[in-house]
Amino acid sequence: MEVLAVLIPVSLGLGLMGLVAFVWSLKKGQYDDPEGDSQRILDTRYDDKPKPVDEDQRR
Amino acid sequence: MSDVFARPSACPACDAAPAAEALAARAPQRDARLLVSVPGAHCAACISTIERDLARMEGVTSARLNLTLKRLSVAARAGIEATDIVARLERLGYEAHELDAGTLSLTETEKQGRALLMRVGISGFAMMNIMLLSVAVWSGADGPTRDMFHLISALIAIPTVAFTGQPFFRNAWRAARAGRMDMDAPISFAILLTLFISIYETLLSGEHAYFEAVVMLIFFLLVGRYLDFRARAVARSAAQELAALEVPRATQLVDGAERAVNVADLRAGDSVLVRPGGRVPVDGVVTEGQSEIDRSLLTGETLPVFAGAGALVSAGEVNLTGPLQVRVTAAGKDSSLHRMADLVAHAESARMRYTTIAQRAASAYAPTIPILSLGAFFVWLWLSGGDLRLAMNIAVASLIITCPCALGLAVPAVVTAASGKLFRKGLLIKDGTALERLAEVDTVIFDKTGTLTMGTPAPTNLDAQPPQAQRVALGLAESSGHPLALALAKGLRDLGVEPAALETVHEVPGYGVEAIWNGARVRLGRAEWVGATPEGVTAAYLSIGGQTHGFTFADQLRPGAAEVVRGLQAQRKAVWLISGDVEQVVRDLAARLGIANWQAGALPQDKAAKVAELHETGARVLMVGDGLNDTVALSAAHVSISPASALDAARAASDMVLLGRDLAPVADAVRLSKTAMKRIRENLWQSAIYNVIFVPIALMGFATPLWAAAVMSISSISVTLNALRLK
Repeated sequence: MEVLAVLIPVSLGLGLMGLVAFVWSLKKGQYDDPEGDSQRILDTRYDDKPKPVDEDQRR
Repeated sequence: MSDVFARPSACPACDAAPAAEALAARAPQRDARLLVSVPGAHCAACISTIERDLARMEGVTSARLNLTLKRLSVAARAGIEATDIVARLERLGYEAHELDAGTLSLTETEKQGRALLMRVGISGFAMMNIMLLSVAVWSGADGPTRDMFHLISALIAIPTVAFTGQPFFRNAWRAARAGRMDMDAPISFAILLTLFISIYETLLSGEHAYFEAVVMLIFFLLVGRYLDFRARAVARSAAQELAALEVPRATQLVDGAERAVNVADLRAGDSVLVRPGGRVPVDGVVTEGQSEIDRSLLTGETLPVFAGAGALVSAGEVNLTGPLQVRVTAAGKDSSLHRMADLVAHAESARMRYTTIAQRAASAYAPTIPILSLGAFFVWLWLSGGDLRLAMNIAVASLIITCPCALGLAVPAVVTAASGKLFRKGLLIKDGTALERLAEVDTVIFDKTGTLTMGTPAPTNLDAQPPQAQRVALGLAESSGHPLALALAKGLRDLGVEPAALETVHEVPGYGVEAIWNGARVRLGRAEWVGATPEGVTAAYLSIGGQTHGFTFADQLRPGAAEVVRGLQAQRKAVWLISGDVEQVVRDLAARLGIANWQAGALPQDKAAKVAELHETGARVLMVGDGLNDTVALSAAHVSISPASALDAARAASDMVLLGRDLAPVADAVRLSKTAMKRIRENLWQSAIYNVIFVPIALMGFATPLWAAAVMSISSISVTLNALRLK
């Protein structure tokens, strides 16, 4: 049962990491246009290099 | 990709951004942010076509299309107007409408939505982590291990409830202070009581703690709230978009100089200039100029009316051929446009407040939750001979099981699925209860001009004209911007006619076009000016020497008009056609579409009266109209739809707006609303049945936290799946 002392903090830590990632993605506006994002994957414009950061993404 | 876009730096924006920001801080006028609604955008190709094209446009810094909101946001140098972008999009083949960024309080709605989504996410993560610990307890952990797991669960649950439960607590508090009882009061009561009892049990090393159930309850309810919020936010932003569509500007003449002013700032006695193609912004008298005006939006007439000095014009009419100077007699609040708006407001307030099925279910259900658990508490207190802890535990178990998880999801899940489907078909729901009201409709009234028809003429007798007349007519028509001339030119070009070579072509505003052909004078225009005898229908007349030819026109049917009438009749709805236009035109259209019930020459009051009359006989009326003359009927009807091309007053008065040109989604919407209501009813029954089965179990004291968690998630998931079945 000593293993619990390691596993519980680990599981809580992982959960917390997930939560932080979620909060970050929400703040970055990643859920603002789900429809468009699912279509943008088909776009070939930025296949060679990423799109320059513009105002929309910096919000 | 081509090299044109290649830049030396790996991250060009990193270098450019600080410089640009410094520049922006210094320069008083930074890039303007323009918003354009693009209802036709739907795919990846649309995104790249539009964004690529606008990136090439001079002065545009960035363009991003939001496909969810079908809204294009453009950052451009000052001087670039939204109209330029709309024109560019229309060349690409996309219907576009200008939006006033000022009236769209995007950020506020966005903030609220994000705050709610944040709560959904946090409660979801907390739920999963607590569940991890709870599964260990359920599968047999006991003694100190169980107590420790409960303790950790409590440490996660307490801050989670404190943060994510706020929307419910706040609403409940507000309702309680106002002396009302709504769904949030029993929910808050259940959440807090269960949390306290669980903490108490944990401290006493009790067997059952309901931390996961509490957080799960919050999670599912928040999901329902978020769906509901999103549906309403889309509706609200749509309403704002529509209000923003018409930017209220006018050209005022001050000492001969033109000045762009807000219509609101105009006073009686001011002089305004109305250019050809422009909408008359005020009520007034023409002081100078000659033209024809299109009153179809106000009256439903398709024939343009002549306007010269002394003619009265009303706000909302469209000036067709020549510039007009108008002296304002009534502006803003006093104009006929506003008087109509007042009438609409009156009709709207007279419309009964509609109670939705969700409200009815909630008000029936809300009191039973505390009553049941209180009953359980006292009965068990008496049965067990005063065992407070046992009675409390059973009361909490029945409280958490009766709590309306599925009920909170039952309606929003279906409404979200349905409005998403309709939005993709090009129909936007402005009012949250509209879907429900639409399902009850049994009679549909259509307006003619602009609704069943496009409101634009198409030539009907081109083939009957001699080739010589066709060639001369084309030559004349091509030098005019009058809608009849445009339609005539397009029709003749499509027939492969070559224009005749004309000399000294000039337009006489209000009358027509005149030229010299082979030494003879030729004219295309109004009957009396050309010297022809007018026919009863919309027509333009051509004179060559002494001979006259009449080119007749008929209004073009809106795409999908025939389908929608057939579709509605197949659904056994009574279809009516009521128009302000002359009898012959209305009768012809009714015959063409197979509509048996029609009425011509109807004034706005007549339309509203017809709606009221049908309501008297117990019918539920769907009104579809676009004109100012329809607005009163639109707001008096049980539910109403208007096309996006309608005047803003009509759109504001209606519950749904057709985004595209096609009318066919209306029949789909009626059918879909019926299925949606069926799903909602099924969902409500489903959640009721879960309660009928599990509440007795809880009351008898057999329910465990595992039961509560299982019932809650199974009922919520089955309700959501049922909503997704909507076709």
